[in-house]
Amino acid sequence: MPEEQLVKVNIDGIPVEVAAGTTILNAARQIGGDIVPPAMCYYSKLSGSGGKCRTCLVKVSKGSEKDPRPMPKLVASCRTTVMDGMEVQNITSAEVIEARKGIVEMLLLNHPLDCPICDQAGECSLQDLGYEHGAAKTRYEFERRQFERIDIGDKIQLHMTRCILCYRCVFVADQITDHRIHGILNRGDHSEISTYIHQAVDNDFSGNVIDVCPVGALTDKTFRFKNRVWFTKPVEAHRDCDKCCGKVTLWYKGEDVLRVTGRKDVYGEVEEFICNTCRFDQKKTVDWIIEGPRKVANTSVISSNHYDSLKPLPVIKKNLALQEANKEQLERYTRL
Amino acid sequence: MESLTNKKKVLEAKPLNFWERAYLPAILSGLSITMKHFFRKPVTIKYPEVKREFSENYRGLHSLKRDENGKERCTACGLCALSCPAEAITMIAAERQPGEENLYREEKYAAVYEINMLRCIFCGLCEEACPKEAIYLDGDIVPTDFLRKDFIYGKDKLVEAPLNQ
Repeated sequence: MPEEQLVKVNIDGIPVEVAAGTTILNAARQIGGDIVPPAMCYYSKLSGSGGKCRTCLVKVSKGSEKDPRPMPKLVASCRTTVMDGMEVQNITSAEVIEARKGIVEMLLLNHPLDCPICDQAGECSLQDLGYEHGAAKTRYEFERRQFERIDIGDKIQLHMTRCILCYRCVFVADQITDHRIHGILNRGDHSEISTYIHQAVDNDFSGNVIDVCPVGALTDKTFRFKNRVWFTKPVEAHRDCDKCCGKVTLWYKGEDVLRVTGRKDVYGEVEEFICNTCRFDQKKTVDWIIEGPRKVANTSVISSNHYDSLKPLPVIKKNLALQEANKEQLERYTRL
Repeated sequence: MESLTNKKKVLEAKPLNFWERAYLPAILSGLSITMKHFFRKPVTIKYPEVKREFSENYRGLHSLKRDENGKERCTACGLCALSCPAEAITMIAAERQPGEENLYREEKYAAVYEINMLRCIFCGLCEEACPKEAIYLDGDIVPTDFLRKDFIYGKDKLVEAPLNQ
């Protein structure tokens, strides 16, 4: 393979060398940290995704070394490839911050904001985005879109009211599963994700639409209202699976596995897609080989009240005679 | 050792004089103080029968509120349990079935909602965290009881009485 041509770009003042043809978003991800633009629709594992939600807008203040004029408008960083000598502003540009605030307001126009009910709350990209960039109030005065809940098969539930039309699930159905049955109906503001005449998506990898959904539009029906994400404990595990890689995250509450998902990286994208057998049918600890607790960012609500690093000293010295006496006393009292 | 502060006082222990040795005068002066208090306004109250007036923002026993149509407001979002520094609150959510729309406001509700009153420190953070204005610490002092298990208050004790009763 011939050596790839490297181009120099400068994102928020940080220089980086990337292969020609990389998008600005991926170049920023190679640097990492705060300067990575948020993305709601782009998914690195799905070809063709991106360009729909506009949250990753950035300002290109210098087009390239040859043509140093700035780009006239903000560009979607997931769709714009880098040029040699390009200078990009993301969080250093007030214009971008302001535009992103507008985008969040736009995405939330029809969103029901039912986070207290939604199972995605706590790991929802839209929630994070709204918290970081959004305004506290909406200026939208009209009725929000209303849809009935739709069951896609017996394991997946679709809440169209929460959908932001990122099309990720459509790409999953197109690329991961054999043939797609669900897609977008209608156009523009009226578009909705649907299975045509409620036809079940019946494929071994259809459960991945749950993982790719950035909001709570596609949720696991077996986990529906079981528990809040932040009360469960994520654990990395794997098993021998003949259909997929078998590497998953188990979400424990006490002894029970409440939910199985793919392993997500820092950008909320699964590392490898998993099959429906792993996701829905293997919910016992004996099915899995546990690797260890999952690393959760300490800014995430999921890490709250999990005292991993803190090991408080025992308050009372263990005394077997005292324990016996307490048990006896409890029995005596409860008989009363 | 030499005193550092010069505040040291050397006490003299003198033998008791005749009046002190007589015993009765000391008893009488002590009793007179006691008698004086019989005619004063008592500082204590007889608690269960008489109650002190609480301040308006007093935080007492929790209550789970209903909305104007008598539906339970709580949707079991778990934010109260998350904010609780004493980890006193637990809940189990359930899905509202068709026909129960007059009981619960949202499609999810708390099937089990328990507060351990022995753990609770009445800080009011649950009230502050609640997005549905469902929980308020507007009740009384938690009554005493004999068994620890009786301090775990379930929905039977926490939820407000229905409207038309």
